[in-house]
Amino acid sequence: MAHSTSSAASTAKPAAEQYGKYHTIALLVENHFGAFNRIAGLFAAKGYNIDSMTVGPTEEPDISRMTIVTHGDDQIIEQIVKQLNKLIDTIKVVDLTFEPFVERELVLVKVQSTASTRAEIMQISEIFRAKVVDISPKTLTLEATGSQQKVDAIINMLKPFGIKEISRTGRVALKREFQGEV
Amino acid sequence: MVSAKSPERTHAKLMTGAEIFVRSLVEEGVEVVFGYPGGAVIGIYDALHDITDIKHILTRHEQGATHAAEGYAKASGKPGVVLVTSGPGATNTVTGIADAYMDSVPIVVFTGQVALQMIGNDAFQEADIVGITRPITKHNFLVKDVRDLTRIVKEAFFVATTGRPGPVLVDLPKDVMAQKAVFEYPRSVSLRGYQPTVEGNTKQIKKAAELIAGAKRPVLYVGGGVINSGASKELRTLAEKLHCPVTTTLHGLGAFPEGNALSMGMLGMHGSWYSNVAVSYCDVLIAVGARFDDRVTGKVEAFAADAKKIHIDIDPAAISKNVVVDVPIVGDVKHVLRVLTELAGPLDTKDWLATIAQWKVEHPLRYKHDEALRAQHVIQTLGDLTGGDAVVVTDVGQHQMWSAQFYRWKHPRTHITSGGLGTMGFSLPASMGAAFANPKYPVVSISGDGGFQMNVQELATIVQHRLPIKIFVINNGFLGMVRQWQELFWRKRYSHVDISAPDFVRLAEAYGCKAFRVTDPSDVEKGIKTALAHNKGPVFVEFIVAREDNVYQMIPAGQTVNEIMDNPDPVQPPDDGSSKKSRTMVHVKG
Repeated sequence: MAHSTSSAASTAKPAAEQYGKYHTIALLVENHFGAFNRIAGLFAAKGYNIDSMTVGPTEEPDISRMTIVTHGDDQIIEQIVKQLNKLIDTIKVVDLTFEPFVERELVLVKVQSTASTRAEIMQISEIFRAKVVDISPKTLTLEATGSQQKVDAIINMLKPFGIKEISRTGRVALKREFQGEV
Repeated sequence: MVSAKSPERTHAKLMTGAEIFVRSLVEEGVEVVFGYPGGAVIGIYDALHDITDIKHILTRHEQGATHAAEGYAKASGKPGVVLVTSGPGATNTVTGIADAYMDSVPIVVFTGQVALQMIGNDAFQEADIVGITRPITKHNFLVKDVRDLTRIVKEAFFVATTGRPGPVLVDLPKDVMAQKAVFEYPRSVSLRGYQPTVEGNTKQIKKAAELIAGAKRPVLYVGGGVINSGASKELRTLAEKLHCPVTTTLHGLGAFPEGNALSMGMLGMHGSWYSNVAVSYCDVLIAVGARFDDRVTGKVEAFAADAKKIHIDIDPAAISKNVVVDVPIVGDVKHVLRVLTELAGPLDTKDWLATIAQWKVEHPLRYKHDEALRAQHVIQTLGDLTGGDAVVVTDVGQHQMWSAQFYRWKHPRTHITSGGLGTMGFSLPASMGAAFANPKYPVVSISGDGGFQMNVQELATIVQHRLPIKIFVINNGFLGMVRQWQELFWRKRYSHVDISAPDFVRLAEAYGCKAFRVTDPSDVEKGIKTALAHNKGPVFVEFIVAREDNVYQMIPAGQTVNEIMDNPDPVQPPDDGSSKKSRTMVHVKG
């Protein structure tokens, strides 16, 4: 994804183009046996890309919410949305990309720490409003949430200390509501 | 829990799952079930024993049952029903299910399953058929509670038969079929995730009508959706109002009578020269219930490249899947065609139709007339003798394409074949299913010598029920279509296409079927007449045809209309024998 290793000069336009290629699709699906398989299987069978896929319960016990981040050209994205809609188990499919939406990801990072680096790591953690959720003489485990860029950023900042393990949830998203006339 | 609507009929008595299942089939109006018993469905078969409303046909293989259900569905428009046991019984239905999925055939397949607590334990005759068939069914279900059974059966039939039709599988664990519950059949279905669009968007239809109004060289490109929707009459009304030529896909054959002057027959890889050229030069292409399959389009970028395209289809996902169109209309073609016919005015297509008429004379479908017996001759004669009033069920390969080309298709639901999946061995069991649907017309099964050997066991079923099917085998001793490709594109290296066969006539006789062989062209007419007159049971006719003959015209896979190959052999009648070029460049005025 958009790591800042590529040439800085050409960031403006290509970044926008690349952003256009990534789509966050929100789904409401029947909380049925096999519904998740059906959706994952569709992506596998049709050769669509999955950047992340999350699933969890909603306020309705028989409905699950899924958030899928995928990329492809417009025709492929159109097909993905149509094919998802075609499944009997999907109740609602919305491509959030062109609407205002909130998107969050959670990460747990286990980073190597010594007495001398611990303070610095905790300082970084504070900047990112991350929490320390586990500590040992040789490691610190941090929990951070935010946009994918923020999660990428904290990971990058922690890399120099030596990352032992990472667990990311993948992205979850909801559409923003209209806030009234300003 | 089950959100069953108010029950229509309630029997207070507790019934087993098996009894409830069978009663549910009766409620759905199922008349014929194609099946094969086994351990996991023994309870269901016990319940079936008492039922007189349903005719159970014991096929000789579960694949045969599935194709029979397809043939039944295609001939009748009603869903075909299959009942098989778990494990191998279930996996044997996979090819038929995949076939039905590709060709949008409404079938409901019920499979036995091991008891719930055994699932996942590698139990005897266990297969994860729900997992296996997930990508090849429109939807599938595992029944985990007997109280869900009626709702699921109802939903299965609803999903299979509405929208774009397709196969649905229901897996029935043995213990669930033994559980007891009160039988309540739901009155209606409510699936919040499934509401097919029936009526087309009026704005879009208006846009289509405006586009059509400016057309000078329109073409209607018609697929199986017209037949599924029962919209042949509406199609004809529109075509005749617009004076618009019509070409059909393989599955569209019969949607528009080929005797009509506006008909251009089939398009695509083995379509007629003039239909392919017309599509390539049209200015407005109206696709109706077709899906821009690669066997139709060839090289997709070159397909009707200069035409504005209208696409009417009930499946939103079929639209702009292969070809991006200008005016998409999602809806049942029958509804959309009706509205479109009201809005679209007559066109002046005199010049266009005259050009096409000239092409038809210059580049007809043709074959070599010599002393050899040829499949095309057999099929043309069958068409002449039946006048198109027959249900013709073909297999896959050369004979299938020749049938599409040389039989003059007249009625919807009279052409049944395996198109999308291209399943050899389809014809014999599918013709059996068609015969059980009691069609108006006699049923003719046509296979090659390869495909016939793939499901020949169903001859036993056909003989058992004395079905008056005319079973034709076109025998050239080759897997002819592959041989043709090897000849044309693989330097004539015939790799494993020379296939042997038993004495088919004696084999058919061993099954108890009247059988004879035709080897001489002069006997073709007599042979077919004899077969058509035999109605006491099946009749088998083997036609020994020229070993090497090719299906022309042909657009090689992935190529364009400019690469059309015409029959290079001298042909008769001699008045059109002048054009012998195997490759023809096309020039069209204005």
